[in-house]
Amino acid sequence: MRRRHFLTLSAAGLGGILTYTLDGRVLRRTAKDEPVRIPLRFFTEPEALIVSAVAARIFPSDDSGPGAREAGVAIYIDRQLAGPYGRDRFRYTHPPYEDGPPELGYQGKATPREIYREGLKILKDFHVLSPEKQDDALHQIERSYFFKLLRRNTIEGMFCDPVHGGNAGMIGWQLLGFPGPRMSNVDDIEKHYGESFRPKPASLREVSGGKVRLSEDE
Amino acid sequence: MRTLPHVDVVIVGGGWTGLLMAKELGSRTGLSIVVLERGAAHKSDEYESGMDELDYSIRFRMMQDLSLDTVTFRHSTKDRALPLRQHGSFLPGTGMGGAGEHWSGVFPRFLPDCFELYSRTVDKYGVARLPEDHAIQDWGVTYDELEPHYMRAEILLGVSGKAGNIRGKKIEGGNIFEGWRSAEYPTPPTKVPYFSELFREAADSLGYHSYPVPAATTSTLYTNPDGVTRPGCSYCGFCENFGCMIGAKSQPTNTLLPVIAKRKNVSIRSNATVRRIVHEASSKGGKSRGVIYVNAAGQEFFQPADLVFLSSWTLSNTRLLLLSRIGEPYNPATGQGTVGRNLTHQVMLNAATAFFEKPLNRFMGSGASGFMFNDLDGDLIDHEALPFLRGGAFVGRSARALPIGECDVLPKSVTATWGSEWKKAMLHYYDRTGRVNFIGEHFAYKGHYMDLDPTYKDSLGDPLLRLTLDWQENERKMAEFAALKATEVAQAMGAKEISTFTGLKSYDATRYQSSHIQGGAIMGATPEKSVVNTYLQHWQTPNLFVLGASSFPQNAAANPTPTILALTLRTAEAVLERYLKTPGPLA
Repeated sequence: MRRRHFLTLSAAGLGGILTYTLDGRVLRRTAKDEPVRIPLRFFTEPEALIVSAVAARIFPSDDSGPGAREAGVAIYIDRQLAGPYGRDRFRYTHPPYEDGPPELGYQGKATPREIYREGLKILKDFHVLSPEKQDDALHQIERSYFFKLLRRNTIEGMFCDPVHGGNAGMIGWQLLGFPGPRMSNVDDIEKHYGESFRPKPASLREVSGGKVRLSEDE
Repeated sequence: MRTLPHVDVVIVGGGWTGLLMAKELGSRTGLSIVVLERGAAHKSDEYESGMDELDYSIRFRMMQDLSLDTVTFRHSTKDRALPLRQHGSFLPGTGMGGAGEHWSGVFPRFLPDCFELYSRTVDKYGVARLPEDHAIQDWGVTYDELEPHYMRAEILLGVSGKAGNIRGKKIEGGNIFEGWRSAEYPTPPTKVPYFSELFREAADSLGYHSYPVPAATTSTLYTNPDGVTRPGCSYCGFCENFGCMIGAKSQPTNTLLPVIAKRKNVSIRSNATVRRIVHEASSKGGKSRGVIYVNAAGQEFFQPADLVFLSSWTLSNTRLLLLSRIGEPYNPATGQGTVGRNLTHQVMLNAATAFFEKPLNRFMGSGASGFMFNDLDGDLIDHEALPFLRGGAFVGRSARALPIGECDVLPKSVTATWGSEWKKAMLHYYDRTGRVNFIGEHFAYKGHYMDLDPTYKDSLGDPLLRLTLDWQENERKMAEFAALKATEVAQAMGAKEISTFTGLKSYDATRYQSSHIQGGAIMGATPEKSVVNTYLQHWQTPNLFVLGASSFPQNAAANPTPTILALTLRTAEAVLERYLKTPGPLA
């Protein structure tokens, strides 16, 4: 069994109250709390630090609001890679593998886990670079399939239901003005024409009250 | 392989057509009926806790498990086909209810002339006007013959809408171009999201005749003639790729299963993957003896039956006929054979993506709530001076608004694809983006077909289905025309910026278009050019029926489910009234 790895996140840097859902538990932290040590399921600690830093350049924390770091995107990606998605449980993986036109989609053999593990080697020590150097490094790889995957997974981790480990405190949804799985809009749909209507977001667990079955736990 | 006790009827596939046939035959006769569904049964509370974009709409929880079985694809017979290793341009369902569980519920009928496409087009424009390599043909059934069955399907599902033509009387506000209807829709139109209201005003200002999208997501509490009651829509926005949490969206499991569940003569087996239809050929014609299937544990069974309904979606229907060696496979080089011919996929475009100044609140809506118009559909415009034939409908729905899938849709003025500038644009545009969709006809061509792949196999060792398909000039020119017209609508809607569809190049299996993929076991008036007669009965094997859009000779410009259900009801009626009394060919 592999040595346990943790990602340590500073609660102060996370911007106040947020919710992490890890191993089915809900943790609430405030800026005053101790740093959070989160057990990793797939990444090593150095890998998680790099992924966290890359996601923070893709979707930065800046004057338009919090970003991937506060949303816990690296935790989300770690859990996805540890689960069936990471090992291509639902992809057709019979050989022979041959290159085809782009219209036929990804034809490679490598699973998301393998793509990350290989790709992260190229980004060694990325997290200690200056933001400018980090952006330069990402421009070098931005046409690669690895970067496309990182970018796509960062978007997922920003805006998924918090039950998956990303979108902590529903900050991604708040940034977009998306209320989450709202049970009924029947009284509102024909009102608010031309003006923003922003109900307070609620997560799937809050709304359904039921036990949510997660693909990453299958 | 174990042989199971004989039953009267075996139905392959537990989606719309399979469960509808099970309900019709099962509730009106005492026949013993077995339905075999390859996927799992759904738990009663599954959809309430399933409003999760990631697992359902990004990871595709309700779709076919591609690790077991996919298709291969090539653009022409000159290319080597490769497997579609992940979901893309269409989404086959799996599990009880099939794709009918995760559909949007858009429910328009086909225009009447679609059923006589070949003869009407040749009459008006001459045969020389058709593409040289076309394979279009008349269906062998007319709109007038189907009308009562369309009506029954709408009443069964409680479809919401506004009629535009009741027995020839045109009604403003409905679709004045639709074929005659025997009655008004069973429930009033659904509510209107802001984006769809903008679309309606713009379309009407341009002289088009918009009408509420007919919706199987019903607008009010509704009880159908079977006594099945469903609530009105709550506009939560989780329709496409999801099961409905309250059952407002009609699905096989909430509309048909409650009736079937009360019938002791119908049994449903889930996790039952059919591999072969067992049949024998003789000088008097073929006879199907039942099916072979595998359960979740990998055990193989022979289920003997007198009557076999193949109702496993376009692709599996065609593949099972090919694997079972029933009928002659189509050969595009010689034009011989019929099984697999006339593969089509609707021309579905985000014809114009509009970016607005004001927020749209687009999280509120349903898969079918909105407006559409047919002024440029079918032969409603004169094609004498146009570089293509036929056309399609323009639709302004507020569907597909969930954040992971939609946040990255940005105007061309935004060039960054990551970083602060991109993020800022995303946060601004997410709720200011809407689409004018185009849904167009797709002709059948001699070179577009399905056969068995020579290389790639499924998890059981059977060859995958191979699709050979590409866009031709008619679709490309139609798409160009549609993109221009949609852009005019978006301008009239007051969009600040518009992304016009950049054109159909070669068929892109990674761009989701629709799950309206059709053909392979097409219907027709003669066995030389079709697999089934207009009762969807196999020409050479009369105790085998092949239900679903596999029977469409070519693709009309509307969502296929209403026509699929109408054809299934027509078949059920013919089986009940004629076949069961005197088994044999119905046509």
